[in-house]
Amino acid sequence: MSLKPLTSPWFHAPAGYEKIWLGCAILWCFVMSLMMPYWHFRGKQNSTGEAYTVIPADFLARTEKFVAANRVGTFKGTTANPFMGELPLVEPPAGGDAYLIGRMWQWYPALRLRMGETYRLHLSALDLQHGFSLQPLNMNFHVLPGYDHVLTITPTSKGEFTIVCNEFCGAGHHAMSGKIFVE
Amino acid sequence: MSHSSSHNLAAPGTPGRVCGTTGLGICLDAQKFIKLNAVVGIVFLLLGGIAALLLALTRWQTVHLLPADWFYRILTFHGINMLILWILFFEVAILYFACTTPLNARLFSKKVAWVSFALMLTGGVMVDYIIIAGKADVMMTSYLPLLAHPLFYLGIILVAVGTLVGVFNYFATLYVAKRDQSYTGSVPIVTFGATAAAIIAVVTLLHGAVVMIPTFTYSMGWTPQPDPAWYRLIWWGLGHQSQQVNVCAMVSVWYLLSHIVVGARPINEAVCRTAFVLYILFINLASAHHLLVDPGVGATWKIWNTSYAMYLAVLASMIHGFTVPAGIEIGMRERGYTNGIFGWVVALPWRNPAFSATVLSLLIFGFLGGITGVTLGTQQINIIAHNTLRIPGHFHVTVVGGTTLAFMGLAYYVIPLIFQRDFICRGVARVQPWLFGFGITMLAFGMSFAGSMGVSRRSWDIEAQGVYGPAAHLWLGVLGIGGVLAFFGLLIFALLCVGTLFFGAKIKDRAMTDWGTPPALAGSKAGSLAHDHYATKGTMVLTLVFLACFAVYYFANWKALADVWPVR
Repeated sequence: MSLKPLTSPWFHAPAGYEKIWLGCAILWCFVMSLMMPYWHFRGKQNSTGEAYTVIPADFLARTEKFVAANRVGTFKGTTANPFMGELPLVEPPAGGDAYLIGRMWQWYPALRLRMGETYRLHLSALDLQHGFSLQPLNMNFHVLPGYDHVLTITPTSKGEFTIVCNEFCGAGHHAMSGKIFVE
Repeated sequence: MSHSSSHNLAAPGTPGRVCGTTGLGICLDAQKFIKLNAVVGIVFLLLGGIAALLLALTRWQTVHLLPADWFYRILTFHGINMLILWILFFEVAILYFACTTPLNARLFSKKVAWVSFALMLTGGVMVDYIIIAGKADVMMTSYLPLLAHPLFYLGIILVAVGTLVGVFNYFATLYVAKRDQSYTGSVPIVTFGATAAAIIAVVTLLHGAVVMIPTFTYSMGWTPQPDPAWYRLIWWGLGHQSQQVNVCAMVSVWYLLSHIVVGARPINEAVCRTAFVLYILFINLASAHHLLVDPGVGATWKIWNTSYAMYLAVLASMIHGFTVPAGIEIGMRERGYTNGIFGWVVALPWRNPAFSATVLSLLIFGFLGGITGVTLGTQQINIIAHNTLRIPGHFHVTVVGGTTLAFMGLAYYVIPLIFQRDFICRGVARVQPWLFGFGITMLAFGMSFAGSMGVSRRSWDIEAQGVYGPAAHLWLGVLGIGGVLAFFGLLIFALLCVGTLFFGAKIKDRAMTDWGTPPALAGSKAGSLAHDHYATKGTMVLTLVFLACFAVYYFANWKALADVWPVR
């Protein structure tokens, strides 16, 4: 039958088990459709995509200004990562803005945050696309050159967190990382 | 209309033959291009498979075979060969079949088919060459501002244009078949599904043109750089929709093979066809799934495009997920296999490689690929999945365990029926789908669990980060072993196909040697269940089990999401 042309009339309303399954499937699709707006209003983890266009050089200047104003120390990489080197350790004011640059092949600068405080974290790339992947939490956001991607984020656990790059950005991509410390 | 210009295959003087197995007419022009496209497709599959082996042996952290630059180069090569070249060539072969034999029609134009084939092959060789030459280490997605050699973009454009020309030949054949009344009634479901695939392919390839042409002119230095966010939006109109072409083609193959092997028939053609229409109408914004944690597109846009575009297309897949096994169950019960709820399952021809490939494809695609895809594509859940190994863990069970495995199953009939040779080493062929299906499932489990532990995709090494423990290494090992097993499944398939083309026993004026089909038992009658709407008990149970698995996985992911830092 599947290979032979159909002769009319071939339209029949669904019946029996097929009708039951159709009902189940439509209901399930409806539940899944409602979950997202529900979580948008009642859940705590959302990607709103808040972003502003920015010239990469301007974003670099803002970040350097942020680093100069809030630097509290220096972070020295402890792993065998060839690209980490030394990063300024910067603590943004509680409830304030923090800036983070993705570039080949590091996240700049290292950040120190306070647990329970909410920050506006500005992410942008200077060269290629990068992926902000906060480990071991496994929270992932996309970072584009030319876009200031703002995450309003509240750390709820203490410790040392590593930012991995999870979008391919050239030969050193696998070693591109950064640090966030939460106290 | 004179007979000489008729495209009815039955018209005198038309180059055709009658199939010794099915009794269906076969257009010799179509047969030639089915052969050409299928063979070239399988060559690209083998190239992509060799690349896959190298990649699996590199991500298996203990083996870590390739150096970094070659890993990224081979990864680019693997993506292009598997997702674009193998699939598109084989799909053009399927289209040429679906518009001729089932409609008793002659292919519209040999010249157009040659143009399509030449463009696709030139483009394919161009892309492969420039990647291996080290001038396009940009991944398949070639996200701007990453820039490849202009021949990379030009090659992809040629492949896309060549495919569009082939699709034009398909639609032209449908038109002349209707005009010359080569068939009466409505086109069969296989052709209907292939038409849905062809329509989506046109929309997809137009997206490809919109994004690739300005990128090509930019790479030549003629125009300014397109915006990276715009590039992602339009590129995924190509990248994700093209996978929906695969889904349509795969589902058509499920209907075709289950019909050929066990006499399956859809219990309600209206429902199956509506599901294909849902694919056409509601998949066009699937591009959004890749932008769920992107800057610049808001929550409303993300939620709307995910649920609107996706869930009606998901509904379509859930419909096929019922109607295909239900068709098989009806076919088996009408042949007299009526014991209990699952007696028909036991009696299925599990040793027939085309059939085992069909069922494994259906199970792997549905239970693994479908459930993970919908869950990862949920707007907020994407936060804990984007660009991790969970993503390739998903699409290796859709496009490989699903589409590629179904196409392999099809080859077990295409080669005897179109190339007219019986398979060599038939015992090995019976094992091949199981080996490939098992390997790819293992690979996908390794990827998904490593991804859940935060291991990113497209990464040569995880040691430099210093954050991944023994569990992540273990799952990468599972990925590696699964990849090796799947590679051997693929290699055996390619060797069997090529070996059969050279050494298989010729089939002339006889039926192909049967792979094993369940005989109708005494007292059974075809069509006896046509009016029993509650005959498919086994399928009802299986689909409810599927829905339960779906719900558990889906809500477990919401729970995992609730455990991470609040963010908006």
